[in-house]
Amino acid sequence: MTAQTTSTVRPWVRDAAQVATDAAGLVGSAQISNTTLRRYLFGLPGVDEVGAKGRAAQLGTRSIKTTSKAWALDTIISMIDLTTLEGADTAGKVRSLVAKARTPEPGDATCPRPAAVCVYNDMVATAVEAAKGSGIHVAAVSTAFPSGRASLAVRLADTTDAVAAGADEIDMVIDRGAFLQGDYLKVYEDIVAVREVCQSRSARPAHLKVILETGELVTFDNVRRASWLSMLAGADFIKTSTGKVQPAATLPVTVVMLEAVRDFLAATGVQVGVKPAGGIRTSKDAIKFLVAVNEVAGVRWLDPDFFRFGASTLLNDVLLQRQKLASGVYSGPDYVTID
Amino acid sequence: MSAFEYAPAPESRAVVDIASSYGLFINGEFTEGSAGSLKTINPATEEALAEVAVADESDVDRAVAAARRAQEKVWGPMPGSERAKYLYRIARLLAERSREFAVLETLDNGKPIRESRDVDVPLASAYFFYYAGWADKLDHAGFGANPQPHGVVGQVIPWNFPLLMLSWKIAPALATGNTVVLKPAETTPLTALLFAELVQQAGLPAGVVNIVTGAGATGAAVVGHRDVDKVAFTGSTAVGKGIAKQIAGTRKHATLELGGKAANIVFADAPIDQAVEGIVNGIFFNQGQVCCAGSRVLVEESMHDELIDRLKARLGTLRLGDPMDKNTDIGAINSARQLQRISDLSDAGEAEGAVRWSADCAIPENGFWFPPTVFTQVSAAHRIAREEIFGPVLSVLTFRTPAEAIAKANNTPYGLSAGVWTEKGSRILWMADRLRAGVVWANTFNKFDPTSPFGGYKESGYGREGGRQGLGPYLVEGSTR
Repeated sequence: MTAQTTSTVRPWVRDAAQVATDAAGLVGSAQISNTTLRRYLFGLPGVDEVGAKGRAAQLGTRSIKTTSKAWALDTIISMIDLTTLEGADTAGKVRSLVAKARTPEPGDATCPRPAAVCVYNDMVATAVEAAKGSGIHVAAVSTAFPSGRASLAVRLADTTDAVAAGADEIDMVIDRGAFLQGDYLKVYEDIVAVREVCQSRSARPAHLKVILETGELVTFDNVRRASWLSMLAGADFIKTSTGKVQPAATLPVTVVMLEAVRDFLAATGVQVGVKPAGGIRTSKDAIKFLVAVNEVAGVRWLDPDFFRFGASTLLNDVLLQRQKLASGVYSGPDYVTID
Repeated sequence: MSAFEYAPAPESRAVVDIASSYGLFINGEFTEGSAGSLKTINPATEEALAEVAVADESDVDRAVAAARRAQEKVWGPMPGSERAKYLYRIARLLAERSREFAVLETLDNGKPIRESRDVDVPLASAYFFYYAGWADKLDHAGFGANPQPHGVVGQVIPWNFPLLMLSWKIAPALATGNTVVLKPAETTPLTALLFAELVQQAGLPAGVVNIVTGAGATGAAVVGHRDVDKVAFTGSTAVGKGIAKQIAGTRKHATLELGGKAANIVFADAPIDQAVEGIVNGIFFNQGQVCCAGSRVLVEESMHDELIDRLKARLGTLRLGDPMDKNTDIGAINSARQLQRISDLSDAGEAEGAVRWSADCAIPENGFWFPPTVFTQVSAAHRIAREEIFGPVLSVLTFRTPAEAIAKANNTPYGLSAGVWTEKGSRILWMADRLRAGVVWANTFNKFDPTSPFGGYKESGYGREGGRQGLGPYLVEGSTR
């Protein structure tokens, strides 16, 4: 199961037929129905909550110092989806956010840039314009984010909008109501449909991050099943949370999802990414997640293509720690720029 | 992108002062020993840490006499609520000085600082807290009104959890009004001697706790002393049998906590990621030098291959090396002698036809080390399935039905602990009813708590330590004042 496959497939290069073939291979039937999905998902090994939390706590005791800390801080920055998701967002705010991403540490060219900025759908065009030529991706939260409580037609139109405006990445939410009432096929078909929109821009398909909203799924068994359901349907990334529901990204939940992508790779040869989002505010916390990536999923996930942090305040804390490592003294909040 | 290498993160050893030599702790003072001294070394580097006095029979006699005086004049007559104050004080001091104790334990024993810091020392303090609470409630503990202590207790402890075993022994003995003469293991005496300093700091009346150091002869002198009323021993089954013979026909009571060859039973419906963690924690915690270690994994045959693949992948992430590094998972073996035993038994496993696999890790040049090792295709007839290895060596066997799992798990002269991994609650209860082991862990392993009794069936010994049950062996049955 955990045997390391020599070559891995990046999930977004698969067409819809390939995704369906991979899913059929796992589920053991070309007929994807609630019955076959249920049978498959309930055949996954259970998660013991106490044990999973204990494992996460133990990973959290790793002591990352000096050179490894420097490496970790830069890697964390390069994995951040710098996020603003407020009703009060304006074009000015979004441009300021992108400027921060372009120059996280003014005067220090060695400081990496975050992987992406993450904004609401209607801000995508503004963000794309501002990020032009920087290599910074624009991610859009789509599909009636954060609750997802809209018809499929509306959710797809939402996504089509974002893709048309040039979003590189789409962060969709699953229908948690459908999942909790056992309608796995609905969740599956939603993801397939949204993926189709992402892939419709065939020259440069948008990467699809599927938000499970683990704070509403509650149990680790649900998190594991939702992770596999999303991957079966063609998720490029699985993401913990919208950030609008508590608890958001916890370390134990992320560990369970890292186990899922590790096992999915072993089963299919496809490497799916993981994005914890919401509630990770300090370097110290982020380093714990990085340790978990390293020891649970493995080094090949230590790459912004396969691991991201959804965060807004994390970046400045990492920058403060980075300055401290370079100078030996702590500066303060006035020595990092606000967005 | 380069791999995530963890830079060295060593704990500072400056927090603890190690004297060049230590005497015996008798009647509240450090005194000379009469039988020379022995060296205690750091098993990770083979560097000598200190010279420690060796007690002979005359020294033990002084210690027992001091304990007797203290028991009759001070500690025995003292109200339980007063004794509790001292025990609470000891618990608090252990917690306050935890870093010092953790560092010293790691230096003397070789266990990773992560374990001494997160497990050994906090638990040692917790046992004192727990038994402090019982000291004034003995009337209500289920042993009759006014239950009486034995008097002077002789205690001999092993080298695998030096401070923690000391607390398991001393806390219930003092709570019940006994005084103690304790002998730590010859390879790991330092935390017991630091504890003696802590006893002084706590202002415990002289003679209530006495620590005599030395090797087997000193231990035999403690056990055999005519004025010792009760013996408590944790260690090997061979020595335990010797003690039982030595005290046969005397008035002495004994609690023996001996070896084990625990079965860790994994069903096909187990929560597999946590089961892998439980196996790792079961046999690689403290380098497997644990009497209740899960040294035999019994896995349902249908999931054997998957479990082994996952286990090997997990073992690849264990970090072996400097025990003082905060990121070390596997430290040093405690002594050259123990390393030899582990190597011999592992070689025997291979010679008898089991398949050996070891994690790929660099072994430091000095010190005593053994890589995490897994044997598959082990059968019940192999020595590695029957004998206690007391090292980081796992034997994997398979079973087909729950009944077969029970039969194989119980097919050992030992019976200290067992583990069951399944998502099915009713099966856990069914198994627990049938496993002949003092502790059965369900979906976890090697979890300790002061409120829970611990002890063995069969050749794993008798008597219980921990919990309310742990008070019983330190009280005279049916006695009232």
